[in-house]
Amino acid sequence: MLGNSSDDASNAARKRWIGVLARTDLDTLEDSYATLSPLPKHAILRKSETGLVMVRGRANGTGQKFNAGEMTVTRCSVRIPSGMVGHAYVAGRSRRHAELAAIFDALLQDPDHAAGIEDNLIAPSALALAEARQLKQRKAAATKVDFFTMVRGEDPA
Amino acid sequence: MYVAVKGGETAIENAHQLLAEERRGDPDVAEIELTQIDEQLGLAVDRVMTEGSLYDRRLAALAVKQARGDVIEAVFLLRAYRTTLPRFGASEPIDTARMEIRRRISATFKDLPGGQILGPTFDYTHRLIDFDLAEPSDDAPEAPLAETPVNDAMPRVNELLESEGLLERAAPPEDDPEPFDLTREPMSFPAGRDQHLQNLARGDEGFLLALGYSTQRGFGRNHPFAGEIRMGEVAVEFVPEELGFAVELGDITVSECQMVTQFTGSKEAPPQFTQGYGLAFGFCERKTMAMALVDRALRAEEFGEAVEYPAQDSEFVLYHSDNVEAQGFVSHLKLPHYVDFQAELTLVRRLRADYEQAHRQEAAE
Repeated sequence: MLGNSSDDASNAARKRWIGVLARTDLDTLEDSYATLSPLPKHAILRKSETGLVMVRGRANGTGQKFNAGEMTVTRCSVRIPSGMVGHAYVAGRSRRHAELAAIFDALLQDPDHAAGIEDNLIAPSALALAEARQLKQRKAAATKVDFFTMVRGEDPA
Repeated sequence: MYVAVKGGETAIENAHQLLAEERRGDPDVAEIELTQIDEQLGLAVDRVMTEGSLYDRRLAALAVKQARGDVIEAVFLLRAYRTTLPRFGASEPIDTARMEIRRRISATFKDLPGGQILGPTFDYTHRLIDFDLAEPSDDAPEAPLAETPVNDAMPRVNELLESEGLLERAAPPEDDPEPFDLTREPMSFPAGRDQHLQNLARGDEGFLLALGYSTQRGFGRNHPFAGEIRMGEVAVEFVPEELGFAVELGDITVSECQMVTQFTGSKEAPPQFTQGYGLAFGFCERKTMAMALVDRALRAEEFGEAVEYPAQDSEFVLYHSDNVEAQGFVSHLKLPHYVDFQAELTLVRRLRADYEQAHRQEAAE
């Protein structure tokens, strides 16, 4: 398949940006897309469609697999003029989000666009996500219990 | 027996319009928005997602609105909606050890690595009605921030016991088989743990809470400790065919409970602690605790324990835990049973006549 290298390193890089695109809010994606000049013409290979993914867990966290329940997911596939194919699988029901994520996935495989999109969209969005996560984890940390032992009766010598 | 009855179309149409009016309530009061339900009634949304077995916050919020706050009706709406969507596949099993922890406590070890993180809990509140909440406030509450965030990866409490061999090992069975799927296969017995965990995960919280409680009160062999309870966000990974490697779809919030229960051992197994497991979408802690109790009770046979009580009886539990099925069968009693009832009425009249005649004869003799 065009643009889908099986090389592990490029898969890891692609996996990273796909994860960031899935978590980036739609407004940010739209704003970033609007700044592309000229707007890349893309062909839809698979129209955005919403479906289900069965979320699996493991008994006791690490044991036998079981089906925990489903989640809504929207997917889309596009091809950009340079021939790169972009895919998106995004939690939720936003068709536009999946379409934009697929377009960016294709553009990020295109050497003419990759660096710009990495700098203007992926890196800042990854940073914002990390900051939000850190804020949440600092709030959680403030609720950590500090135990202290009461001295009862004994001579504290 | 139901009989096709004609008529009532206008009454039904008008009833639906009356429902719509009552759902909206007083039009002088602002209409509630989905973001308000999601943000401010988030635990109702969590419960609807868990029992509806569908993770989609906005959709669950809409179901809560449409159902006028009736949680079981909202669960029913989600279950009906999911049948309209195609299935893309199944995720990789979520790794709750890599959870972004917002709450994590253990009742078995005080000084566990990573510490006891209370998070946004009702525990230790006094359960007094807070009249300050009666009126909207302009001041948004702000939670304090610690200097250092909680650790990214926290070891499971149970690993401490497992490393000493004191806890049953929780490893996947050989070949890590594909799990049973209740949405595609009918219930079958004897049920494997995969089948009963899926059933319990979407089971009614009230039913499981009562069953879990029954095991604590002596209707089942269960003397558990809450080994660990955690809540936070986990990434969901999925392998699309066209990519061939796992990608993250996003994060979901889950709650997890691991109960540990003493086990005196059997011919095959040495004395050790055994586990009960609970997992739910969102922040549904009570549900996961109840689920873990019932999960352990349902494992009675596995550990050679006598099956004597309702919570240990997998047919009883699995056939009655689903509130969509349960409400369906209970609610069908509202359907016209006119002919059935006429038949019974005739029967009771005849029996009554026989009875009265017998009494008259007795009196005469």
